[in-house]
Amino acid sequence: MPPTDLSRRAFVAALAASAASVAAPAAALEPATARALVDRVLADVVPLINSGRTAEEMFPAFERIFATYADVPAIARAALGPVARTLPAADFAAYEGAFRLYMARKYGRRFREFIGGRIEVTGAAPLGRHAEVRSMVEMTGWAPFEMLWHVAEVSGRPLFFNLIIEGVNMLAVERTEIQAMLAARGGDVGRLVQDLAQA
Amino acid sequence: MSARPLLLAALIALAGCAAPTPSAEVADPYEAQNRQVHAFNLGLDRTLRPRDEAAPADPAPPSAGALMLSRAGANLGLPAAALNGALQGRPDAAVANVARFAVNSTVGLLGLFDPAGAVGIAAQPADFGQTLHVWGVGEGNFLMLPVLGPSTTRDAAGRVVDALIDPLGQVIDSPEAYALTAVRVGGRIADRARLGGTIDSILDDSADSYAQLRLAYVQNRRFQLGVAGAAAGFEDPYAAD
Repeated sequence: MPPTDLSRRAFVAALAASAASVAAPAAALEPATARALVDRVLADVVPLINSGRTAEEMFPAFERIFATYADVPAIARAALGPVARTLPAADFAAYEGAFRLYMARKYGRRFREFIGGRIEVTGAAPLGRHAEVRSMVEMTGWAPFEMLWHVAEVSGRPLFFNLIIEGVNMLAVERTEIQAMLAARGGDVGRLVQDLAQA
Repeated sequence: MSARPLLLAALIALAGCAAPTPSAEVADPYEAQNRQVHAFNLGLDRTLRPRDEAAPADPAPPSAGALMLSRAGANLGLPAAALNGALQGRPDAAVANVARFAVNSTVGLLGLFDPAGAVGIAAQPADFGQTLHVWGVGEGNFLMLPVLGPSTTRDAAGRVVDALIDPLGQVIDSPEAYALTAVRVGGRIADRARLGGTIDSILDDSADSYAQLRLAYVQNRRFQLGVAGAAAGFEDPYAAD
């Protein structure tokens, strides 16, 4: 048997072993658990947007909602891209804090457009080891549209990591945004953090 | 001898898996020209729709007038949508669009109202770009059209064909045709006003509004067309860990 064959076999075996370790799932998230999370988010968000408070007054509440129900570190990491892996932990923590403020302001403003609208959870299904929760949004004057929530189990808790409306997904939008901001600042994460915190 | 190429191929494949998926990216070889067109469109939008920097547009329920104009404009697109439904082998879409056009053009007073929607006859959007997709044509390259905004080479070609094959254009002659065009354009402007703050935020608050518009168009279009995988839009931020 030529040695190349042996090394190939060894390599294939190693590959198979690593694939198996990747495939071995942490316990999959129950769709019902994910659905309960979205129900809790809506129970907090709907009264908030209909409270008649101004956008500015709602920002702290939105920040708390994101911190409680969304996996902000994962979203922040995905938005920053490969640079995230090279950052010292303290720098990443500073970036994550600024990103959470930025998210709360941006999506707080956007969610205000749902004032007077209705959001109803319509179903939940497995999504790999995560889960997808479907909801319908009804707003006067517009055809109803579907909003999808992607939920993962993070350290034993369900947290959402993506929102998708009519195919447009938040992770992709934020990756585009944060990377454009970073490029405009010559790749300087420190300046990005400053500007995000004030955005 | 054979192990090394295999190893390389496997490593490249693994690297491909680990990289963040550039999910909805589209070929954009005309980016430089597209960005110039986008700058022009942005200037036009800000001229037609001046922003109050101090008080950004607050979400307000759409005015009844804007809603009617928007409906009337959309109603005029139904015959072409019906034709495209037929071309795509979706007779149900063709029939729904014809029925909707018939009801809303008459009982609905030239489309200002939506009695068809009230009895459950929803529009089944269809255009020739979609027909080309059904026939197997890929989306092509990204294109930013003057005034009309984001598109692709396939969808832009589809717009041209839609204008040529529009059944309304076949039966309606010159003076009335101008009125129809005016209603369509009015409908689009009303839609822009109704979407107010959402579009303002993409155009004004993005670090790169061109990139955001390109992303939103392509993701939404793939969703409309039911392109496999895009409907789910699934990205796993934990996969690369």
